[in-house]
Amino acid sequence: MNVEEALARAQREEWARVVAALARRFGDLDVAEEASAEAFAVAVERWPVDGVPPNPGAWLTTTAQRKAIDRIRREDKRDAKQREARMWQDEAPEPLGAVEDERLRLVFTCCHPALAADARVALTLRLLGGLTVAEIARAFLVQEGAMARRITRAKDKIKAARIPYRVPAAADLPGRVSGVLAVLYLVFNEGYLATGPGTDPVRQDLTAEAIRLTRLLRTLLPEDGEVAGLLALMLMSEARRTARVSASGELVALGEQDRGAWDAALITEGHRLVRERLASGEAPGRYQLLAAINAVHTDARDVRDTDWSQVVALYDQLVRIDPSPVVALNRAIAVAELDGPEVAMAAVDRLDDALTGYHAYHATRADLLRRLGRSGESRAAYDRAIELAGNTAEVAALTRRRDQLP
Amino acid sequence: MQYLLNVIHDSGENATEAEQAAIVVFNQQMKADGYWVFAGGLGVTDNATVVDNRSGGEPLVTDGPFVESKEYVVGFWIIEAPDLDVALKLAAGGSKACNRKVEVRPFL
Repeated sequence: MNVEEALARAQREEWARVVAALARRFGDLDVAEEASAEAFAVAVERWPVDGVPPNPGAWLTTTAQRKAIDRIRREDKRDAKQREARMWQDEAPEPLGAVEDERLRLVFTCCHPALAADARVALTLRLLGGLTVAEIARAFLVQEGAMARRITRAKDKIKAARIPYRVPAAADLPGRVSGVLAVLYLVFNEGYLATGPGTDPVRQDLTAEAIRLTRLLRTLLPEDGEVAGLLALMLMSEARRTARVSASGELVALGEQDRGAWDAALITEGHRLVRERLASGEAPGRYQLLAAINAVHTDARDVRDTDWSQVVALYDQLVRIDPSPVVALNRAIAVAELDGPEVAMAAVDRLDDALTGYHAYHATRADLLRRLGRSGESRAAYDRAIELAGNTAEVAALTRRRDQLP
Repeated sequence: MQYLLNVIHDSGENATEAEQAAIVVFNQQMKADGYWVFAGGLGVTDNATVVDNRSGGEPLVTDGPFVESKEYVVGFWIIEAPDLDVALKLAAGGSKACNRKVEVRPFL
């Protein structure tokens, strides 16, 4: 392995560990983040000259700790109040036993419900994912200065309001894990169906980062069914990534994708996770059900082999735990395949009030109306969907379909 | 660490008897658990007076609240809690007891 590879690998594998260890030791995310960044900068400078150290993680942690101590010595001239603000973690916390990974604390602090959703995403990508502020700003089409302020503000609140650096108690864990999963799913979805006129329709940097962080969460919480479910869901979606956009830049619907282009290894891994969850006998949560639906889809070699009754049955289960209009819409799309577009249309029409501002609602209506031969209404629905859609490849696909109407 | 729990509402009407009873139970529990510092009810902002003596000359005295808004602080608790997670839990209990929204703010 050459030095560049060693540096890239350390950035990928050690960043979160270094930040988490420093946050634990110094009780200050700012110090942890900046000292870690300094340590990686020193590595970039020293490793090509001195060679890669035998234990890069330990080298980086030690270097970062020295940087942090230097920084704190400089800051010690500040008043005692600020030093006191550093003590916001438990003195003797043992929630998961002594071998608990420090990174887990970091996850829960970054995704704390008292932080705004966009701040949770940004903090997670910065402190856990190791993305630079500039990279995160680009990912969410925000000015770098604005993103830096968002992250600083979140860190300030963590310190001032004393958001703890701690794995939540067992009783609070399911709710808090679901908050973490929501952040990771948001990052994935922004990559999977990227918004904004100037971006690629699919942002592999974001989907890959979301998968990497979900894998990390799974190693930290191996017993959690929903973590496994979200990972499986992401893997099976990612498997279809290259088949989802045509050579001409249009989004390709699931039924029209070249299934030979799907990534078999990712699908196999996703299926294995879904089977593992089924075997557990525990009632599945939202992500496990979405993963199971994806498993049915990716199980069919040809779209005509899809077990639609199984898909609808899984959506019925999902509706019971998540009775949102978006779930009802996706269920209706499966119903169209099982019972025909007319039955689906009736279900979709009931969602008008709730989803009138949602592009997928109009795209679904447009498709059903087209299949029912109601071209005029279909055209109007396509127009509305195109107006609302933020993804360039989706707009291209919708536009072609509209223009092909009789 | 101390937190201010502001009780937010859109009217200054007194708590109902059931709400009042629930608040008493909640307060007793807070005292028993060692979180209690102080609490008080404020009601409507009609009786507020704003004093501005920043210039140090003659204080400027204005009738009414410092800002007119649909919702305002009708009461508060001051609590002692180890971190925000504990403060949020207490705020959830307080909000349920008095049947009003609660804003959590850390003291500096």
